[in-house]
Formats: sequence, structure tokens, C-alpha cells
Amino acid sequence: MSSSPTERPGFAWITPALLFFALFGLGPVVVVGYLSFTSWSGLGDPEWVGLANWSALPGDGQVRGGLAITLSLTVLCWVTQTPLALAFGVWAAGPQKSRAVVSAIFFLPLLLSTAAIALVWQALFEPHFGIPAQLEDWFGLTPSNVLGDPTWALYAIVFVLLWQFLPFHMLLYQAAARQVPHSLYEAAELDGASGFQRFLHITVPQLRHTVIASSVLILVGSMTYFETVLLLTAGGPGNATRILPLHMYEQGFVSFEMGYASAIAVLLVILGTGLSLLVVRVTGYSRMSSQREGL
Amino acid sequence: MSRTYRVPAISSASLALCLTLTTGCGTSGPADSASMQVWALEDAAVNEIVEQGIDAHNESQEVPAELVTFVNDAYKQRLQVALGSPNAPDVFFNWGGGNLAEYTSQNQVYDMTQDLDDNPEFRDAFLPSVLDVARIDGSYYGVPLLGVQPVVMYYNKPVLDSAGLEPPETYDDLLEAVETLKEQGTTPITLPGAQGWTQLMWFSYLVDRIGGPEVFQAIADQEEGSWNDPAVVQALEMCQELVELGAFGPNFSSIDYDNGSASALLATGESAMFLMGSWDLAQQMENNPEFVENDELGYTSFPVLEEGAGEPNAIVGNPSNFFSINETSTHTDAAVDFLVETMASDEYVDELIDAGQVPAVEGIEEELQQSDHAAFAAFTHQLVSQAPTFTQSWDQALPPAEAEAMLTNLQLVFLQDLTPEEFTQEMEQLR
Repeated sequence: MSSSPTERPGFAWITPALLFFALFGLGPVVVVGYLSFTSWSGLGDPEWVGLANWSALPGDGQVRGGLAITLSLTVLCWVTQTPLALAFGVWAAGPQKSRAVVSAIFFLPLLLSTAAIALVWQALFEPHFGIPAQLEDWFGLTPSNVLGDPTWALYAIVFVLLWQFLPFHMLLYQAAARQVPHSLYEAAELDGASGFQRFLHITVPQLRHTVIASSVLILVGSMTYFETVLLLTAGGPGNATRILPLHMYEQGFVSFEMGYASAIAVLLVILGTGLSLLVVRVTGYSRMSSQREGL
Repeated sequence: MSRTYRVPAISSASLALCLTLTTGCGTSGPADSASMQVWALEDAAVNEIVEQGIDAHNESQEVPAELVTFVNDAYKQRLQVALGSPNAPDVFFNWGGGNLAEYTSQNQVYDMTQDLDDNPEFRDAFLPSVLDVARIDGSYYGVPLLGVQPVVMYYNKPVLDSAGLEPPETYDDLLEAVETLKEQGTTPITLPGAQGWTQLMWFSYLVDRIGGPEVFQAIADQEEGSWNDPAVVQALEMCQELVELGAFGPNFSSIDYDNGSASALLATGESAMFLMGSWDLAQQMENNPEFVENDELGYTSFPVLEEGAGEPNAIVGNPSNFFSINETSTHTDAAVDFLVETMASDEYVDELIDAGQVPAVEGIEEELQQSDHAAFAAFTHQLVSQAPTFTQSWDQALPPAEAEAMLTNLQLVFLQDLTPEEFTQEMEQLR
């Protein structure tokens, strides 16, 4: 008996992906969950300590501080990346050749590795040999201490992440904007809507799913922006940019407190999952309702 | 201050990536039990020398040795996981002190005391202050593998000359020099404060000058209240005073050692002095060769604190790196033979000197005179052999968790975000 065309593929189809996910996704999470109840330096066998790691979490100032910095970083990344990516992406979706050329240049950071980007920007921010020194030569500004200033260091990281990830989200919006049916714009034009009104009332609502998908990627991704911070500031100056994932790394692989690091890791898993569930729930993304009824 | 082998930061990133992908980089299969695995850090010049020692050993011995090398950051993690597993090395590189004590406390390290007593010539070849770094609870667990690396005060000769200054001999000289240089618009001292271990050099030297080596010894021994020692508080106050004076310039907290900018600041004369490990000479030769060739790079010991209780000749730094033997190795005898016949041999020591190192060995003044940088090598050797104590970099001597917290808190002290008293409280609470 052949299956009807509307029937979804059977369970067997997802087995390879599921196995892969179980092995590399769920498996480690389970192991980390177990390790979070142990004390283990990586030497010898993990020693069961019950809830000791968990009860130490609330009292650890760096966990609280790290959480606050992680949240600021997440919010700042979303606030900077989403509007800019939306605007540039919709602009780049236009049919003009010149836009295609400019977009191609904009997309270049996508080709670079995170480590390379972080090291290049670290060199550019260097007060005596980087951009600040040039600004001093040209405009007589005093060399600024961007990465060494507890307030500015976080903004510097947000900027580098923006530079790095903007092209990716632009690409999402560009592709999605090209999918918006022309008939909608034509109808709006007949009704006398201005270019901005068309953007606001047609493009943005039509891109809703893309906004949500891109936001989830930004929000959840910024819980794990680890390499950039490690290489740019290593959490410094002092604790100013010690995001929670970096604190976890340092607890685990510098201090060799694998058990405690695992507890932080589980916390991050819970936060990341919770955050993406929340976004999906609040935005109604999970209902997968069509945006183009009647078309 | 783990520099010998301080890490291009990039390696930690690739490691992190690797860990995220597989939660462990996968090992290269069980060690071949017919051969002896020697683990060390990647270092083109030194690996070759060890390799030569291994070749010489392999010619005469039944159990051949094999050198396996790793990049710095990955190494500690790899070793931590491998020890006690079937993939463990037979002989392994380590930093001595607290780092080595982590492994001895888990009974992972072979006690070499008896072997050293059986080979007194071999034992006495090493500088005692350096060999002692691998002594834990009265037993020896390793032998020096590389040259000594004390922290010294570098200076830019033309800059000090044009300011009419001599290299500072006392701490008061230093403060005076700071004032004079500031008036001239020169940054008095380079401090790569993006990394806490560079600030630790100032802190640990000052503690040693104020209170002597006993202060840190008590801290390393985890004695109750040892962080509260008045010498610790006073040293931190002096650090903050230097920051307030502008001794390190306004931007020190962005300056990074690993990308070479700190060394460049001294070479270009933007700053006058730089407290750094002896390895910085290699960095200057590599990146700013004219500065070294024109004899503009000067060096001296850390200033003397006249009212301090510490010995004026005492030094701080990395005494050496060490080779230790795995307790569970099936080749301990072969490993002992290899270390005893190689690590203090004339060939090995000469090769190290040729590679620009100052081996932790007695009676090599003559050989050092003939090396490429004879003056610096002789200075370093004299500094180390005359030092009553050679305090290991605190971040290597302390357990990793305590070291990590100390470096972070120290950065906060230099940023004036933490008072010396808060620092000592934080560190004391950690116990």
C-alpha cells in the first residue's frame, strides 16, 4: 500500500539524525548532568558529592555577575543585530546589481573564523598600535583604552559580534524578503502606501517568522559566544566581561573543578532551552500559522 | 606567569571548539607498551634537543623512548585526563610546584628521591633552588628539563639616558624615575595588564621584598590566615600606589603580552622599563632585532626595598620546567635511566645553551660566556646562583582554582575596583 502524499515520512527517516543528536547532543548533557553531582579534577575518578556544587552556585558572585553580563550581552546583541540585519537584508533583497555587489562585500566576515576575527579586532583595539593610535595621530584624540575599560570592554565585544554576525542574519532576511509576493506591494501601492508604510505593514509582518528564527539564533547563540570573549578580553578587565560560559570554561579547564563547571553547564542548558521555548511561545512561532492566507 | 610556554590564546580557542564537538579530543590509541612515551610541550628548538637525547638513549637501551608534543593550553588538560588512564605517558613535562603536587596528591607520580640519592653526581649537578621546586613533602618528583627563567627588570637604555637616569637599584630610585619619566611624557613602566600574571610579577616581588619568601611559603602551604599577612596588604597598596602615580600609563589594562605589544612599547621607547621573565629576550630578538643588536636593551634585577625584611637578592619567576615519571608506568626503570643519563649530560646542557637557555646546572659559566647572548646569559645565571631563594610564579605554585581566583582579584586591585583588604578577605574565604 502506497502512502498518501500528505502523510509525513516515517520514524525511520529521522533515525540517523536522532542517533547523531543523541550521541553528540543528549549524551554529553546527561554525562554533564551526572558530573554536576561530583567533584572531579579530571584526575582519578569522579567523587559523588551530592548537591554541594549546586548549593555553591547561588553564593558564587561570579555566577551572579556572569549571569548579569551574559544577559546584558544577549540583550545588546539582539538590540543591535536585529534592526540592522532587517534593514540591510531588506535593502539587499532589491533587484539592483549594485546592491548585489555591496552585499557580497558585506558578507565577507561570514568567511572568517571566529578566532581570526577576535584576534584581528584585539589588535585593532590595541591603544598604542591599533586604531586608537591612528585616531590620535589624525584628530589629536587621546588614545582610548577600549578593551581595558570595564565599561567599554563589553560594548567592544558587542561591536565585534555585530560585525561578525550581521552578514549571516542579513542573509536570512534577504532570502525571506525575496519571498514576499509582489502582489502585496502592488496592492498597497494602489492604495497609496508610501515606501516606508509598505516596509512597515507588508515586509515586516511577512518576515515575522524570519525575525523569530533569527532572534532565537541570536538569543540562544549569545549564551555561547565564548571564543570571542576569551580571545578579546579573557573575561577582563577583572570580571567585567566574564560571561557565564567563560566562567564555566575557567572553572572546568583552568581551575580543574569539572564538577562545579558541569553544574554551571547544566544551568546554561536550562537557560538556553528556557529562553528559546519562551521566544517560540510568546511569538506564536510554534503554531506555524501561515502569513499568506488567501494567496 | 606561566610564560615559557604561555599560550598563543588561539590554541585555547581551538581546544574549546574541539571539546564542544566531541567532549574530548579523542586519543590516539593505547600507548605501545614496548616503547616509553615522553610527553612535552611543542617548542621547535627544545623538542629537537630532547629528541637528540632520546636518540642517544634509544641506541643503548632496550626500551625505546618516543617524544609526543602538545600545545600549551591543551597540554595541562590532556595530561590531567590521561594520567591514570591506559593512555598515560611514562615521562611527562610539568611546571613543578602546585602543578606537580596536584598529581602527587593522586599518587600519579613516581618518587625519584632514592634514584637521586643513588646518583649523587646527577643530583648535585642541578642548582638546588631549582631542583627543590619539584620537591613535595620532602621527596623529589622531577628533574629540571629547561633553562631558568627569573623575572628581571628590562629597560630602554637611550630612554633612561636621555632622562638622566640610572637603572633603579632601590625602590625609591624607581619611584623617582617614575616621576622624572612622567614629566618627560614617557610611560615609565610597561605593564601588560590585560593578563593578570604580569601584575602578579610586581605583586610577588614586592611581597618577597617586604616580608621574605616565608610569606608566600605559608600561602602555598595553605596556612590559615596566610593571605592576611601584612606584607600582602602592603604589597597590594604599593601596587595601587604605582597605578595612581601613573607608573604604568593610562592604558595598561588593555595591553596584552601575547600579541607582542608590550615588548614593542619598550623597544620603541614609548616606555622606559618592563618587568618580565627572561624569555622576553627571545621575543625582542624575534620582533625587534635592532633594539637588541644596537645594545639598547638593558636589564637589571628587581629593585631593593631598603626597609623590607626580604633578601635583596631573592628572585621570582619560573625556576624551570620538569620531567616527572608516571607512577603507574611499566617502564619506570628505563625512564629513570633516560632522565639520569640525559638531563644533566654535557651534550644536553650545551645544546640548551646554544638554544639561548640558561640551564639550571652548576658550573657552566664558561660555556655561557661563549653563547650568542653571553652577557644576558651570564647575568641570568649569576642572578639565579646568587639568589638565596627562587620563588616559583605563584600561579604555578598554587592549586589551579586558587591561582585563577588570585589572578582575577589581582586585576581588580590594579583597576582599583578591589581594596587590598578585600583582596585578602576574598582569598582567605576561598580556603
